[in-house]
Amino acid sequence: MNKTDAHITIKDLTMAYGSFVVMRDLNFTIGQGDVFIIMGGSGCGKSTLMRHMIGLQAPARGQVLYGDLSFWEAEPAEQDRIMKRVGVLYQSGALWSSMTLAENVALPLEQYTDLSPSQIREVVSLKLSLVGLAGFEDFYPSEISGGMRKRAGLARAMALDPDTLFFDEPSAGLDPVSARRLDDLILELRDSLGATVVVVTHELASIFAVGNNSVFLDPETKTMIAGGHPKKLLEECEDPRVHSFLTRGEETTGGALE
Amino acid sequence: MNSSMEASSAAGELSISRPSDNTLLLRLAGSWKMGQALPSANEVEKQIESGPGIERIAFDTKELSVWDTGLLTFVIKVRNLCSQGEIQLDSQGLPEGARQLLALASAVPEKKGARGETVRESFLSQVGEDAIAFARSSREMLDFIGEASIAFFRFLTGRAQFRRSDLILIIQESGAQALPIVSLISLLVGLILAFIGAVQLMLFGAQIYVADLVGIAMVRVMGAIMTGIIMTGRTGASFAAQLGTMQVNEEIDALKTLGVSPMEFLVLPRMLALVLMMPLLCLYANLMGILGGFIVGVGMLDLGLMEYYNQTKAGVGLDDLAIGLFHGLVFGVLVALAGCLRGLQCGRSASAVGDATTSAVVTGIVSIIVATAIITVLCNVLGI
Ligand SMILES: Nc1ncnc2c1ncn2[C@@H]1O[C@H](COP(=O)(O)OP(=O)(O)OP(=O)(O)O)[C@@H](O)[C@H]1O
Ligand SMILES: [Mg+2]
Repeated sequence: MNKTDAHITIKDLTMAYGSFVVMRDLNFTIGQGDVFIIMGGSGCGKSTLMRHMIGLQAPARGQVLYGDLSFWEAEPAEQDRIMKRVGVLYQSGALWSSMTLAENVALPLEQYTDLSPSQIREVVSLKLSLVGLAGFEDFYPSEISGGMRKRAGLARAMALDPDTLFFDEPSAGLDPVSARRLDDLILELRDSLGATVVVVTHELASIFAVGNNSVFLDPETKTMIAGGHPKKLLEECEDPRVHSFLTRGEETTGGALE
Repeated sequence: MNSSMEASSAAGELSISRPSDNTLLLRLAGSWKMGQALPSANEVEKQIESGPGIERIAFDTKELSVWDTGLLTFVIKVRNLCSQGEIQLDSQGLPEGARQLLALASAVPEKKGARGETVRESFLSQVGEDAIAFARSSREMLDFIGEASIAFFRFLTGRAQFRRSDLILIIQESGAQALPIVSLISLLVGLILAFIGAVQLMLFGAQIYVADLVGIAMVRVMGAIMTGIIMTGRTGASFAAQLGTMQVNEEIDALKTLGVSPMEFLVLPRMLALVLMMPLLCLYANLMGILGGFIVGVGMLDLGLMEYYNQTKAGVGLDDLAIGLFHGLVFGVLVALAGCLRGLQCGRSASAVGDATTSAVVTGIVSIIVATAIITVLCNVLGI
């Protein structure tokens, strides 16, 4: 683990939709350069937690700190500045449906850089080929498959080489080989760009392959019940809920997934 | 999952017996399949209620031929009865497959608090809630209008971020492509006005004034109102559906996290397009309406061609035209705002998109009529 300093800190966070509390009292730290996994059963509030971290939903209580700065108490200009350094892949891809893939990836570049149209085209081709979509520049999101949309969303999230990348279930809907390539890409982004990556996933293979820190959300107690390096979690965590999650519900112990 | 593949035998039957004092034996026979008339669990409930002292319910399924979900829902009802009455359920007699499916169905306990609780509220608190909701929605509307104005000023100072190609596309969709329906409707409205007027005016032999009637009515308000209502149904609804679907697909979230204001990127081009196109469409509707009156005047009332033309020219003033175009401009803003507001407020489901569209049309039409009333009163006060 290369834990230099805290990049994102979650402090006493309580998340709610109206009066329906999703999770309460979350506390954890994401270090610079971590690949941080948010895991937990379906519907336990992983996407909601991500929405709190990327400035889409205000916490019912508690703080989201970027460095030392509390995001939800900061000035709008300050929030914008933080968000400019963040790339997000949404669970559904969330490509802008009225634009081609190339235009989707190009929009962040047009907004925040002074690149010329031809340079932008080159960057766009590069990003699309990184996710295995070279040649699909002029397709509309409705003309490609769900897994391809996911990958195009990934290309858009990476467009500006952000400091922090949030991926919501990146490998859902991908075939095993593409999923594997995606894991490699995540590690590559971390190593070459020094990016911090936050991944929401239940793919055990990815969790163990890329994660070096994690948090486990439990819908029963409505809070986090474990955290840390996934492999250590598998070896050391006593909690049966965590253990059964990390072993696909099989009660056997030992690193069967190594 | 049928336990045997016999040809569908007799319909499902249930017989209840009490082999011992504390046991209720349910004997299931025949075919228990969904969509057939199956015995209900009420029988079992009656039995439980009639005699106290039942501690165990068992099943006998030796004569059961085929089964599917129909059997499972029955057993689940019985199980719920058991848990209410603290009775033990002995599922030993059930087919093996059914037992396993039942075990799976109860593997994940029902999430507490996930099912929305429906508490019956008193009349007063409902009125209160509604009042608060109304205040909140009015504030949201004001917020939205404020933000839209800011976006518009940023556009005037050349700082707004949106794609010119979007603007041009929306102009084309809401302007040029609306011409056929605007032609048809305003031509017919002109015809209708002329007909109704003619019937009355002919009584006095004053049919020449049909030209004034149709001309002034169309140019001053009717052209604008008809265009406004067409555009609410056509373009306002489409704005709401587009933005609502973008909300469902998280596309708007994606814009926000990129630091692009949806107000500038999505609402502004739509507002600009309608503000530009509505007065033009109004002008066109005016002409078509006058043409409608002309057809009735010349074709039915035997007015001369030049006669009708000159009467219209004398009757309709430039200020009528200006007021008509002003109506159009205001309606353009209102239709665009109503469509975009409802679209951005949309929830995250297909039915929410439907609601947003409906609400956009209702809001659009109501605001058009209210605005017309206000402008008419103002014109009256100002004496135009
Ligand atoms: N808009 C909403 N209004 C009310 N409740 C919501 C809303 N969105 C989500 N929820 C509730 O919040 C909980 C968490 O939802 P969330 O989408 O964060 O789950 P998740 O962990 O991402 O699940 P999955 O792995 O299936 O994507 C769910 O129980 C859901 O019922
Ligand atoms: Mg999710």
